[in-house]
Formats: sequence, structure tokens, C-alpha cells
Amino acid sequence: MKLTLALAQINTRLGDVQANLEKHLALAKEAQASGADLLIFPELSLTGYVLQDITSTVARHPTPDEPIFHSLLEASQGLDMVVGFVDEDRRHRFYISSAYLSRGEVLHVHHKVYLPTYGLFDEGRFFAWGDSVQAFDTRFGRAGILICEDFWHASPPYLLWLDGADLFLFTSASPGRGLRTEPQLESARWVELVNSAYASLFTSFVVHVNRVGYEDGLNFWGGSTVFDPDGELLARGPAYQEALTLAEIDMNQLHRTRARLPLLRDERTALVLREMQRIVGNS
Amino acid sequence: MIDLTIHTDLAQTILIGFLHTEITRAGFSRAVVGLSGGVDSALSCYLVARALGSENVLAVRMPYKSSSQDSLDHAQAVIDALGVQSLTIPITEMVQPYFDRYPDIGQVRRGNIMARARMIVLYDQSEVFDGLVVGTGNKTEILLGYTTLFGDSACALNPLGDLYKTQVRQLALAMGVPEVIVQKPPTADLWKGQTDEGELGFTYAEVDKLLYLLVDQRYTPEDCVQAGFGEAFVRLVVQRIRRNHFKRILPPIAKLSNRTVGYDFLYLRDWGT
Repeated sequence: MKLTLALAQINTRLGDVQANLEKHLALAKEAQASGADLLIFPELSLTGYVLQDITSTVARHPTPDEPIFHSLLEASQGLDMVVGFVDEDRRHRFYISSAYLSRGEVLHVHHKVYLPTYGLFDEGRFFAWGDSVQAFDTRFGRAGILICEDFWHASPPYLLWLDGADLFLFTSASPGRGLRTEPQLESARWVELVNSAYASLFTSFVVHVNRVGYEDGLNFWGGSTVFDPDGELLARGPAYQEALTLAEIDMNQLHRTRARLPLLRDERTALVLREMQRIVGNS
Repeated sequence: MIDLTIHTDLAQTILIGFLHTEITRAGFSRAVVGLSGGVDSALSCYLVARALGSENVLAVRMPYKSSSQDSLDHAQAVIDALGVQSLTIPITEMVQPYFDRYPDIGQVRRGNIMARARMIVLYDQSEVFDGLVVGTGNKTEILLGYTTLFGDSACALNPLGDLYKTQVRQLALAMGVPEVIVQKPPTADLWKGQTDEGELGFTYAEVDKLLYLLVDQRYTPEDCVQAGFGEAFVRLVVQRIRRNHFKRILPPIAKLSNRTVGYDFLYLRDWGT
């Protein structure tokens, strides 16, 4: 099965959900007209990234009676979408979240499980920690969502792999840093390297959508990518520009790659579990 | 081997995008730069001219009577090369009556007053021109505190504050800033014969490498000495960084209420844009 991904590498307005929603809906139309099946927006695409004390005012719960999600769910009749937002749960905890919308339904919500609170980051001050990493079924196969720092750690992608994900959907609002002599910032090089590595290690499709634009002095570099199960780059969005990057992927590539390289078949999960229990038990 | 070389095309992309985005989202399309004739303000002017278009940039020369003719000529060379709008507003008439009240006024006081007089002119002209004041302070001088608070450090936004002086020179050359400006000894030109390196007591080439280890690479002072820097030099620089931190932050507000600006009232400047 072939499907066309649309990577919506957008800039956002900080704290202006309505303006960001309008951009989402316009791009959904454009992507649908281009034949896309799945449109992926970056981390916090409906709100902007450095929210600080704005957080509680832009939080939404993804249900059909919520006006913002009502519009997005309508748009999801035309094509599947991943959108970034702040989820406020019933107990009024705020999570950095991404929702997978399909044919008018919310199929899955991922709460970011690793909140960077070091260096220029202060997420742990404003957000609650997600507590679950789960793959989910889509009409294109089983997928998994992770948000930025989640995939700076090796364990969440590994868990998604074991939970059946063949399509990894990674989203970021990643501030660029580390200007040296190379034509990419250190942070951009690192992210591209690990995404290629995850695709290779897990013989899976790895999609990464990163935003562009600035918030005060922070720059977001874009450079969204799709890697195939051989770790080969299929598509790359431009650096520092808004773009809708289309990439056709062939899910049958999973069959071909895994016939050659049965890493998934040979993965010794029982051994991993046993050793984890020993390691955690001893610590 | 400490290498501070940067990819200048990438730096331009980021900095020009920063200036364009952050000026326009604040509701402006124009900018004002104080041109001293030195490399920092020349580079800021080149960057903002690229970001907004030359016609939307006002370069202001603000000589004092003892300012060197070279400074004025070099600033004019930047104006001519870029085709930006320009004004020359001498500050002598503003500051001289005050100087004359204090016959024994020293160089530091005079320097600070001149820097603040220039700030007044720039902010006033920014109102007339309807543009934001673009800063010219580099990472080296910000870390060393080699700047006048509310003077040359005052600006609406600063494209150079994360570039060491040696990196400013590299980027300036790459962008076509005249070589005579890039290569001349840096000076605040506040009095005759003044040079930055003479006043600081070390060269930018040396201190930039030390700052890179201390700040970017998180070396301890002891690590820096082991890496070959003189102990007294390291101590001097560490002390300068710490003692001048007040110039890098907003004045602390005494907390009384439950929610206080600066502590738990936290928003970016780009809030809502």
C-alpha cells in the first residue's frame, strides 16, 4: 500500500489558537488537493512553543464539542491529521500533546513523556509529564507518535516498535542551537542523525515534522524529514521556511526490508524484560 | 585547538530571519542603527539592511568633537555601500555643558555620558523614523560587561549578542563590510588613542577562546588553566563575568505579592504575535 504524507512545516502565532487553527484548515485543504492521505503538524502547532504563563489559557480537550477540535475533526474527514496542542485533562493538568484525527474521530492522543527542563528549556515548570507510550492502529497500519524530547531518549521509540508501530510520527518545535562550521546547526544534525538511525534500527518509516519561525531570540529550523525502513532519506523540507512537503511511502517496503534484515523477528523482548527487571531491581 | 569559526551563510540566514520576523511582528517595518565606524555596528547595519531593505534602515552617526575622522569616514563608507538612509547628529552640544560643570570629570564618566547621550538620540530618532533600535553588542563585550548600561547596550533587539568578537569579524568580512573597518583596532573612540584591547588588557583573540571554554564548553577555571591559559588572566575574566552580571539582567523587583513581574509572571515578548 502506498500513501502520501504531507509534512506541514509551519510557523505559529504564540498563544493565538484561532489564527493557528485557520492555518491548519488552509493547509488541510491544500494537502488534500495535492492528494495527501496524512497531514502532520509540528509540536504545539495550535499554540506556539514557549508558552510559559500562556499555557492554561490555550489548553483544550480534544472532543467534538470543543470548537477548535470540532473544525479539525471536520477537516479530518478529508485526510488524516496529526495536530499539536495543549491538552487539559479532567483534573486540569496541562500536557504537551499531539492528537491523531481520522474521519471525524480522535484515534489517539499522545502526551509528551519527556519534558526538557534544562538549558534553554523549562517545560517541566509549566506542563505535566505524560505517562504512556502506546502505538495505535490507523487505516494505513499501526503508528506511534512521539514529541521532540521523547525521541532524544532511546526507550520511547523502542517501546513503540515493540508495540507494533511501523510508522513513527515524530513532531518537534526544536530551537536551533550550536552554530559551528557545518551548514546545519548541531541540534539539527543530531536530530536528523537519530531519526535515520531509528529508521535503520527499527526497519520502520520515521517521519519528523519540525516547525519554523522565531519566538523572541529562538529560531526553529524546520528541515522535516522522512526516512524509509532502510534508513534512506525519502524527503526533506527546506531549512527556515514554511513548507508543505509531500512524500509518498510504500508500506510494502517493510516486507522487503524485513525479509532481508529480520531485526524485529529476532528482537529478544523476554531477555530485555528480564535484564530490565534485574537492573531496575538492583538499583 | 579552539576553533571559533562559524558557517557564515547559516549565521546570515538565522540572523536576517530573526531581524525581519521580530521587527515585523512587533508592528514595525523599519529600523535605526547607531553607526560608530566600527565593525559591530557596521555588521548590524548590513544585517538589518538585508532583513528590511536599505530604504527602511536609518543609520545615525553621532560624533563628539574629539571623535576621530576615521570613525566618521568608516561609518560613511557603510552608508554609501548599503544605500541606507542616514543622519549625522553631533552630541557635543548635548554633553559639553554637563562636562563643563565638572572640570575634573574623568574619562569613565565622560564615556558613559556620551554613550547615554547617543542612546537618547537613537531612541528619539527611532520615534521619528518609526523604526526599532537594532543593537550592536557582541557576546564578548556582553560577557565582560564592557558596555555602558542604558547606553550602547540599549536596544529593541540584538542580532550580534551570541557572536564573539572574532566571529563578528568573520561574519562581517563574509557580508562585505569594508576590510579597513574589520581589521582596525576596535575602539569605543570615547577619548583619543583609546582601544578596547588597551583598556581591557588582553586581546579579543585570546579572551574569546577563554570565554568559549568557560561559557560554551562549561570548563571550570582550573580546567582553563590546565588548557594553557594564564591563571591571573582566567581569574580576571571570571571575575569580570560575575561582577558585570547586573548589566545583563533587568533590575530585580522586590517580591511582595503572589505574582510578580520577572518571577512568576512569565511571557515572551512575542506573546500573542
